[in-house]
Formats: sequence, structure tokens, C-alpha cells
Amino acid sequence: MSNVKTEKSVREPLFHIAKRGGLPLWKGILIRFIAIFAGLLVCGIFVTVAADGKKGFFDVFASLFSGAFGTERRRWLLLQDTALLLGVSLALVPAFKMKFWNLGGNGQILMGCLTSTMCMFYLGGKLPDPVVWLIMTVSAIAAGALWAVIPALFKAFFRTNESLFTLMMNYIAFHLVCFFISYWYPKGTGTMTPLEAGVLPDLFGNKYLLTLFVVVLLTVFMFAYLRFSKHGYELSVVGESENTARYIGVNVKGVIIRTLLLSGAICGIVGLLISGSINHAVGSNYDNNMGFTAIMAAWLGKFDPLIIVLTSFFITFLTRGMGQVRTDFGFTSEALSSVIIGIIYFCVIACEFFISYQIKFNGEHKKTKKPKKNRFEETVKRDFAEEFKMAKEENFEENKEEK
Amino acid sequence: MDTFIFSAIEFGVIFLFGCVGEILTEKSGHLNLGIPGIMCVGAAGGCFGAGIYLNATANPIGFVTILLAILFAMLFSGALAGIYAVLTVSLRSNQNVTGLAVTIFGVGFSSYFINNVVLVGETGTLLSAAGLNFFKAYLPFADNLGWFGKIFLGQGFLTYFGIFIAVAAAILLRRTKIGLNLRAIGESPATADAVGINVTAYKYVFVILGGAIAGLGGLTYVMEYMGGIVGATVADTVEGIGWLSIALVIFTLWKPDFAILGSIVFGALYIISSYVSLFFPNASFTFAQLKLFPLIPYVVTIIVLIFTSIRGKKENQPPASLGLSYFREER
Repeated sequence: MSNVKTEKSVREPLFHIAKRGGLPLWKGILIRFIAIFAGLLVCGIFVTVAADGKKGFFDVFASLFSGAFGTERRRWLLLQDTALLLGVSLALVPAFKMKFWNLGGNGQILMGCLTSTMCMFYLGGKLPDPVVWLIMTVSAIAAGALWAVIPALFKAFFRTNESLFTLMMNYIAFHLVCFFISYWYPKGTGTMTPLEAGVLPDLFGNKYLLTLFVVVLLTVFMFAYLRFSKHGYELSVVGESENTARYIGVNVKGVIIRTLLLSGAICGIVGLLISGSINHAVGSNYDNNMGFTAIMAAWLGKFDPLIIVLTSFFITFLTRGMGQVRTDFGFTSEALSSVIIGIIYFCVIACEFFISYQIKFNGEHKKTKKPKKNRFEETVKRDFAEEFKMAKEENFEENKEEK
Repeated sequence: MDTFIFSAIEFGVIFLFGCVGEILTEKSGHLNLGIPGIMCVGAAGGCFGAGIYLNATANPIGFVTILLAILFAMLFSGALAGIYAVLTVSLRSNQNVTGLAVTIFGVGFSSYFINNVVLVGETGTLLSAAGLNFFKAYLPFADNLGWFGKIFLGQGFLTYFGIFIAVAAAILLRRTKIGLNLRAIGESPATADAVGINVTAYKYVFVILGGAIAGLGGLTYVMEYMGGIVGATVADTVEGIGWLSIALVIFTLWKPDFAILGSIVFGALYIISSYVSLFFPNASFTFAQLKLFPLIPYVVTIIVLIFTSIRGKKENQPPASLGLSYFREER
């Protein structure tokens, strides 16, 4: 070995990284808020620059808030979109807790949309409405669950890569929707006119309430399922370590299949709401890419249903707000919102590092060590009482530093 | 039939770039789900670079245009891959989540960038002229050699460049010390670190290089396959191609030379819906039935995924530490 360096020539790195033991809750929240704030700042600058100074920097935020909260309709739409995103996130949480990367949310939603629209198209008006609703619900749940359980079966028995499998299922669902629309409307442009018969009812005469109500139920269910049920415990053990799970007698394959059935079923319900209650039709883009967005919402929410309520609200707020910013600043491209949201994702992902790790500068490390060495030489001359007092103080300081 | 095979190869190269880029990335232990976004950004960057040059000169030189387009495509996609690298290598964030964020950002950014920055003034027409005259240009004697000339010598420059990169990547991975080190990092970064390999540097270099190569796939789609006709929905199409390229990595068992063949097969499957009459000359399909043909590549991908996992040979497995971030102080 020729490259063994003498002690002097080895330069110590400027800093090293250590894992944090635990961070007080408020500090974690503060770091995340700083990250979001930094992200918004970057976005504000980006939009202002891109708009060629037609409007000022603060107008961005004014538009952002007015787009989300400006009118009563906007507030309801904000709630509705939050509910939908929350629903999908809740569907993905059990799968992700099990370390099953279900990237197929889009496809599962679309299948829910497609089957419920099929029921409305073929049965609406021919059967009494409540029967149609029942068949719709069952078929949407079944279709969503089917789209999730196929990859799960192969994952459980053959360890097939689930993230790519579920992704491909998205595209199959997408093309199936395209097929059925052009099958129903051979001369159409690939879009569907809203149906009237067999659509889900409005609650209390408000068309947004049904969605909100169902998603609130789902949230409560998922919270209880993960926190209090045996199933929830089993799936988190499988996620932490499959070997441990097998050792304590969990049927790993069964858990994977069962969890993905649930995950797909909830996506199917969201599809049912989108098609049956909100749009009364199906379109190839009705998933609105929520399968991916929900992954961000679920991950940012630490897979905890209650925190996810907040994260999905925040993401929806950004999406809806950016729509308004786009109109106000005269951007034709819809993609601007994805750019902004992407930047904020980057900031938030980056900040997770500072929550779980800390950077220790090696220079500082040395400074704190030096006095210790001197202390011994000096204290020899001092009397016992003084030494004791000093040691106590230093101990106190050291403890403080460690904290 | 010539046209079909020709187009299959031409389209396959788009997959090839994405696939080789992802293989290099995965060999360093990083599953980059941001490849679709990175490919989109590559397309946007390439058009941007070529657009600047075409707007500046009255008589553009083909070679310079292609060179600038490649340079800018690699610069843009490399930059986005760099963001991914900072987040996953240095900041050790979850690779799946980061990759998805990169895709969301990349698809949005390129769509915005193409519509608002690249396609201003005459650039659209200039780009399509350049696509036709420079990127689709081929050897002059190819026309005289019948079908052989058309299929193998009639391709544009980027096709040959893609195959060259795939072969180079295969040699790099299998025959050089750098490749050996890279594979070691993908299998077990802690062991590689103990041997004295600079794990972080390798990861950075190959994640960024992989992204830059993948970005050329987007450029190939826009400038060579589409002949420079830059539509508003380019980003959506390239995103789909990107996901298939990632799936292709499994199909080709992490071997760049295998990827050449695999990508041509995928290219053929992808364009088959436009050549239905070639295979079923007597059948007539309704408009709706034709909508089912684009399903084929995805169904085939699924079948391939299942078969490779059922066979489960030891040498055909992904790098052992794929998707895990490496922290030296962790036990």
C-alpha cells in the first residue's frame, strides 16, 4: 500500500454527519415550516421573473390565497379536492407502511371511475336508483381492488417488482378508459358527456358533501385500522422486517394480499366519488395524477392518517392556488403548477435530512475538547473544593451541549 | 415491412438511451424513478440549445446543431439528475419519493419551458427544418442498398450514437476497473467503502451521467423520431416512454448490450398500433378496437416482469443495495 498517508498529511474533513437521537416536536415542525417557506419564496421569485415583471412579488401570494379561498365555490372545491387526495393517500398508507410501493393509484382510481360509469351507462334508468348505487359501489370497489391485488399476488408469490407492475397497470387502465369512451361514442372526440341517470345523490342538497362525508368516514376507519387493529400491527411488522414477521407467525403473503385489496378498494371508492358524484362521466385524465401526488402527501405525513389530512390540504391549497396565479399572471401553460409544486417537494424532501441527521463541524468539536486537557494540569495545583465545584459546572455544561 | 423495422429501431433508440441511463444509475445503487421527468427535460433542453443556434445564424451547419442539441440536452437532464443526486446521495432521502418528485417537476418544467421559452417566434419552423435536414440526415449511398441500406444505414446520427453509448456502457461495466468499482458499490457500498473506493463520488458521477444519457432519449424522440415537430403534449408522451424505459432495465437484466435488442423489441411493440394494417391486411378494425393496440407494450412488460421474477436466477437480480441510501456510520 503506497498511499498510506502520514498523520500530518491526512486532513480532517470539515464536518461529519451524525444521526439525531430524537428531535423535539416543535423543532421538527419549525424545520419543515422553514423548508416550505423557502420553497414558496423560490416559487414567488420564479413566477415574478417568468411573468416579466408585469406584477409584483407579493401579488403571487395574493393570487395564491384568493385562488384557494377567494369565493365560496373555491372554498368548497378546495375541500372537495382535499378530500379526494386524502382518500387516495389513505389508500396508499397501509401499502407503504408495508414497504409495498404501490405506484398504481392512478390506475386503481381510473378503474373505479370506469366501472361506476359503466353501471350508470348500462343500468341507469333501467333499475331503481338505489339498486344502481349499490351495484356501482360494489363494482367500483371490486375493480380498484382487482387492479391492486394482481401485482400483490405476484409480489407475494414470486417477488415480482411491484412498483413497475403497478405503473404498467396505470397505463392499461388509461387505455381501457380510452377504449370504452370511443366504444360508447364512436364519432366522439374522446370525451364523454355527463350522464344523468343513476348518478349518486347529493347529501342535504349540497353536491360536495357526499365526497367529504365518505372521506371523513375513511379517515376515521384508517386511523383506527392502523392504530388499534391486529391487521394494522401485522402490516407494520411486515414493513419493518419480513423475517421478524414470519418468526412471530404472521402470514406474510396473506398480509400483502389483504392489505393491497384494502388499498385498491379505497382507490376504487375515490374513483366512484369522482365519476358517480362529481363528474357523472369518465375521462382518461380523471385520476388527475392523484396516485402520484398522494404518495407525496402520504410520505410527507409520515404515513399517519391525521397528519396526512394536513399535508393533503396543503398540497391541494397549492394546486388550486397556483391555478389562480396562472390565470392572474397570464400563463397559458397548465404545467406551471407542477413546476412550483415540484420545487416545494424538493425543499420539503431536503429538509427531512436535517430532521433525522445533524451536521457536526469538526472544528467546534476540537474547541470543546481542549479545555478538558488543560483542566487536569491546572487542577493539580488547586484545592479540592474548587476542583469539585468546577467539575460540577463543566459536567453541567457538557450535558447541556449533548442535549 | 422495411418502414416498420426502420421505425422500430428509430423508436427503440429512445428507450435505449433511457434504459442505459437507468442501468448506470441503478448499478450505483440508486433507483431513479425520475427518469421520465429527466427525459422530458432533456427534450426541452435539446430543443432550447438547437433553437438558440438556429435563431442566431442564417445558414446553420448540421453538425453544430446536433452537437449543441446534445450538449444542452445533457446539460439540462444532468442538472435535474444532479438535484436527485444531492437529495438521495448527500441528504439520503427516500429514493422512490424523490424520484417521483423529480418526475412531477421534470414533466411540468419541460412542458412549461417548451411552450413558453423554446417555441417563441420562428423557432418551431426552424426546429422542424433542422429535424428533417440534420437529425434525419443519413449516409448518401444508403438509398442504393435496398432494404439493408434503409434499415441499417438510413438512420439518423442519434441512433448510431445511442448504440455506441450502449456498447461503451457495456464495456465500461464489464471490462474496466471503474465498472468493477461501480458494481461493487451497487452490491454493497459499505464493503466498497472499506476497500477505499470513494462511494459518494462514484454515486454522484453515475447518477448524473445516467441522467444525462437518459435525457438524450427525450431529444431523440423530439428531434429525430418526430422530425423536430415539437407539440404541446411532448412531455406527456415522453413520460410514458420513460416509465417503459425503467421497466426495460429489468427486461434486459441490467446489461446495456442486451438493452440494444430489448429496446428495438419495445420500439416495435410501441409503434405497432400505427402498423396494424401491415400485420392484418384483411381485417378491418373499428375506431374503438384500434384504441386497444397501445396496450400491448404495457401488457408485454408485465409478462416480462413476471417471467424474470419467476425464473429468479441469481445473476439476474438487481444490485443488492438498490434503493437503499448509504450512511457510513450506520451498522
